[in-house]
Amino acid sequence: MSGASLPQACAAMLRRDLTLAWRRRGDLAMPVLYAVIVAVLFPFALGPDLALLQRIAAGVVLVTVLLAMLLALDAMFASDIEDGSLEQLVLSPQPLAPMLGMKILAHWLATALPLIVVSPLLAGMLHLPAAAMPALLLALLLATPLLSLLGAVLVALTVGTRRSGMLLALMLLPLCVPVVIFAAGAVAAAQQGLPWLAPVAWLAAALILAVVLAPLACAAALRIALDS
Amino acid sequence: MTAAAAPPLLEAHRLSFHRQDEPVFAPLDFRLHAGELALVEGDNGSGKTTLLRLLAGLLHVSEGRLLWRGAPWQREACAGEILFLGHQLGQKLELSPRENLAFAAGLHGRRDGITLDGVLDEAGLAGYGDEPVRRLSAGQKKRAALARLLLQPAALWLLDEPYANLDRHGIALVNRLLERHVAGGGAVLVSSHGAVGFHGGEPQRIRMHA
Repeated sequence: MSGASLPQACAAMLRRDLTLAWRRRGDLAMPVLYAVIVAVLFPFALGPDLALLQRIAAGVVLVTVLLAMLLALDAMFASDIEDGSLEQLVLSPQPLAPMLGMKILAHWLATALPLIVVSPLLAGMLHLPAAAMPALLLALLLATPLLSLLGAVLVALTVGTRRSGMLLALMLLPLCVPVVIFAAGAVAAAQQGLPWLAPVAWLAAALILAVVLAPLACAAALRIALDS
Repeated sequence: MTAAAAPPLLEAHRLSFHRQDEPVFAPLDFRLHAGELALVEGDNGSGKTTLLRLLAGLLHVSEGRLLWRGAPWQREACAGEILFLGHQLGQKLELSPRENLAFAAGLHGRRDGITLDGVLDEAGLAGYGDEPVRRLSAGQKKRAALARLLLQPAALWLLDEPYANLDRHGIALVNRLLERHVAGGGAVLVSSHGAVGFHGGEPQRIRMHA
């Protein structure tokens, strides 16, 4: 008998979830389209004032990306619980937390990465100065996985409750406040020509903390969810 | 006899599970040795599925004691030794049976000298290995899930209604798998309303009372 090693199991998990995401790629386009439409609404609502749009561009892109991620977050464990895959995962000899970490990574790659790819386009539409673009992208690269990890814990906690989508939004959005403050702070500083690494470093520190703790919390929450 | 000296694989003393402070089934006592098959019998709602989920470690024991190889049950001790197949088949509908099996092998490991093609053939899914599970019939989906029995190494099988949705050949397949597993020193707990055509001696019966 040959048991599966943890790296093998992690690779299998990542491969499976990315394959599934690719087979359901119609679903993946939706958060991106949503983000584009929301970002386009702002100039219509606020008028084509260049200075105003430049000032709000970074904030609009950040909040839009965040809301678009929220749309997709709900589905993170839903299908796995429905078809019994989660039971099999819990019963496997592999430690649950790293396996869930792989699931969160696959979810981030499938939902947040496309949003990051279109974000320069959104920022460009709102006339964000090119000088602030690197700060925006770096802030998004750190803030989106942080949101995926925080969101995963909340999804795991709200699994099995009715109307969990709404509950999830109400629980996650307050947690997003510091993330948005630091991310927007970095871009604002870059726009004014000030050093912007400090808020980015804070985001990175929070991300490292979340990478370690969130999968553990997720694993505990899902075990409780199955135990009923 | 060394077999008699070895502690039973699974042993339950006054085992019960409570849901919202109400016992789901009356306290149970049983022993399951390696090479034995036990039938879990009971009416609908008598707690057969709950018992199997409890033994798999998905639920926590509310009362009584559960021993694994003579020591109190612990997740780490029996990790990878228990194969649970419930009503939910754990098959991803967008993936083919082959992809589902490859993932299961990555997660749980696989027996030596076993190929995915061989497993699919034996499960009666030759020619359907690369079809998305979504397009398979209910019986074929069940076969795709049962294929894991051939693939994964495990000492104890916990099978919840393994005969559901299967045709005559499928039922024969399950019986063949059960006999081979028990002959090879494995243990099985099966819940089923249907008759089990098991030819490896009289199986133990665990009666469930709500």
